[in-house]
Amino acid sequence: MTTQPITAQELAGDPKRRRKETRVKAVFMVAGFTSIAISIAIIVSLAGEAWNFISQVELSALWTLGWFPRRGLYDIPTLVIATTIISIIAMIVAIPLGLGAAAYLAEYATPRARKWLKPTIEVLAGIPSVVLGFWALTFISPEIVQRIFTSSKPFTMLAAGLGVGVLITPLVATVSEDAMRAVPLSLREASYGLGANKATTVRKVVFPAAISGIVASLILALSRAIGETMIVFMAAGAVGGAIRTWNPLEPGQTMTAAIASLATGSDQVAGEGLAFQSLFFVGLLLFLLTLALNSISNRVVRKYRETY
Amino acid sequence: MTDRIETHLGTTEEGQMAQEQANTSTTASDVAATSAEDSDAVRTSGGDPDDLNPVIIELENVNVYYDDFHAVSDVSLPIREREITAFIGPSGCGKSTVLRCLNRMNDLIESARVEGGVNYHGVDLYGPNIDPVEVRRRIGMVFQKPNPFPKSIYDNVAFGPKIAGYKGNMDDLVEQSLDRAALWDEVKDKLDESAYALSGGQQQRLCIARAIATSPDVVLMDEPASALDPIATLRIEELMYELKAEYTIIIVTHNMQQAGRVSDRTAFFSVDIQDDGERTGRLVEFSETATLFTTPEKQETEDYITGRFG
Ligand SMILES: Nc1ncnc2c1ncn2[C@@H]1O[C@H](COP(=O)(O)OP(=O)(O)OP(=O)(O)O)[C@@H](O)[C@H]1O
Ligand SMILES: [Mg+2]
Repeated sequence: MTTQPITAQELAGDPKRRRKETRVKAVFMVAGFTSIAISIAIIVSLAGEAWNFISQVELSALWTLGWFPRRGLYDIPTLVIATTIISIIAMIVAIPLGLGAAAYLAEYATPRARKWLKPTIEVLAGIPSVVLGFWALTFISPEIVQRIFTSSKPFTMLAAGLGVGVLITPLVATVSEDAMRAVPLSLREASYGLGANKATTVRKVVFPAAISGIVASLILALSRAIGETMIVFMAAGAVGGAIRTWNPLEPGQTMTAAIASLATGSDQVAGEGLAFQSLFFVGLLLFLLTLALNSISNRVVRKYRETY
Repeated sequence: MTDRIETHLGTTEEGQMAQEQANTSTTASDVAATSAEDSDAVRTSGGDPDDLNPVIIELENVNVYYDDFHAVSDVSLPIREREITAFIGPSGCGKSTVLRCLNRMNDLIESARVEGGVNYHGVDLYGPNIDPVEVRRRIGMVFQKPNPFPKSIYDNVAFGPKIAGYKGNMDDLVEQSLDRAALWDEVKDKLDESAYALSGGQQQRLCIARAIATSPDVVLMDEPASALDPIATLRIEELMYELKAEYTIIIVTHNMQQAGRVSDRTAFFSVDIQDDGERTGRLVEFSETATLFTTPEKQETEDYITGRFG
């Protein structure tokens, strides 16, 4: 080969290509900044009205019998407790069902079974929550909750929690399954090679190796449960307001349902001046809660990348 | 030596607890006893046919299929106790496939099907009522790429004994296993640290320690040093040589110098390309390593060996 002297111009590249790259970069930058701008706008509008609310409301109204915005009773704990109870019930349903399904799909199912099970679960994840809400109201409540607890009301936090549990189970199942399948085959081989059976391999090797992904799926599911509106709106009752209670067999109103009923006018917003502003305050609270959960899950996911 | 064989033969069908205990109790005393036998074993593998070590695994007309693909055809060969048997041959000739038949690792591959007999102490490993879990406790495996668990060094070694319900002193067993794998001095101060903090060569020795912690009878090694530098490789080879005193070792290697250095017997595999383009592996020649490398019987073997050596 003969060596050709090279000029700086040859190495400078095609200016057309460089211009194109600049344009593409600009498009992505606009998209990125737009989404950031929208987030900021949401926070600003939420925070502004929330401030209006908190500066005008009598602080004693924030800690009373229950959440009755029409009557000027803004008991925040009522909403937080209802959200907590329903989320806990949902997680009690979703953790065993979701993780069980994930373990089955990832480790036990034959490729053929997996081929139709996985899409089925994914379809389940796509069911609109209003459908599940209706189902919670017409099936879970009369056929399950009221059968077991004969004296319970048709609208209960338990029925809503079970409905939300069904909603988030596919999420836990699919994300955890991905995490478990991502565990390298070599680790499974190591385990089987040492005389471990399948159950031991799943419990002692696959699960611990996938734990960060599994935890991430649970946090994701939890923030979905906290943010879920339609099911609790339909099945937990207490549309006009709720008394503060820890009893899951009572109706309850979550933060999301409170916002929905205020905003849709199911509750007469006009009745009390500050009711409208309280919506923003609850919204901000919800936003911060989900933000916290998301950043925790981000941190867990980052750790998960380093595991093996 | 005979004690061990009888223990295994007698209990293959028995409950595992009794087996486990018998296993661990023999090996503890074996450590002392076998070091004296070591030189003996090496010498006998040299030639005199009357002094051959007993056969521990006998392959009889083994055929392996992946779905319809005939990967390995008609392999028959004896593996002798406390020897190192090497499998060599070009890539894709089925060395790993045959090796994985010996502890039923191929069960993990949905499409794999094994025909023929793999007799371990006279018991067909593919017979009815044979639990692959029991097989793998006796025939351990070290893989090509070091694959420690993402756990501490200690937990890696303790994994096998723990799941087998080991009742003795775990600390001692971990130390003993790491010591036998020539790793103890390097890791004794950091047993709680992640195994991933070790170098590749150390990880592979950890995997060997992990495999021998369950007191297996046979250790299968699939290119155990191919991911390591020459010094770490030499270290593993020395280790295999030491382990030969207590274990039967079968090693797959691409490195013919390595096969020549460490093994007592060598099996050379090759591939036949069928009319339909299917590549089926078969055993070409099996004999003592020294013989196979100096005066091979088959032209094919000689071509492969000399070709490689240039
Ligand atoms: N899981 C599998 N499914 C289908 N075919 C396989 C599978 N594993 C191996 N094979 C095929 O079987 C044949 C033998 O493979 P094997 O891995 O045993 O070869 P090898 O001699 O170990 O090769 P190498 O030296 O490259 O490791 C190859 O043709 C390979 O493509
Ligand atoms: Mg191989």
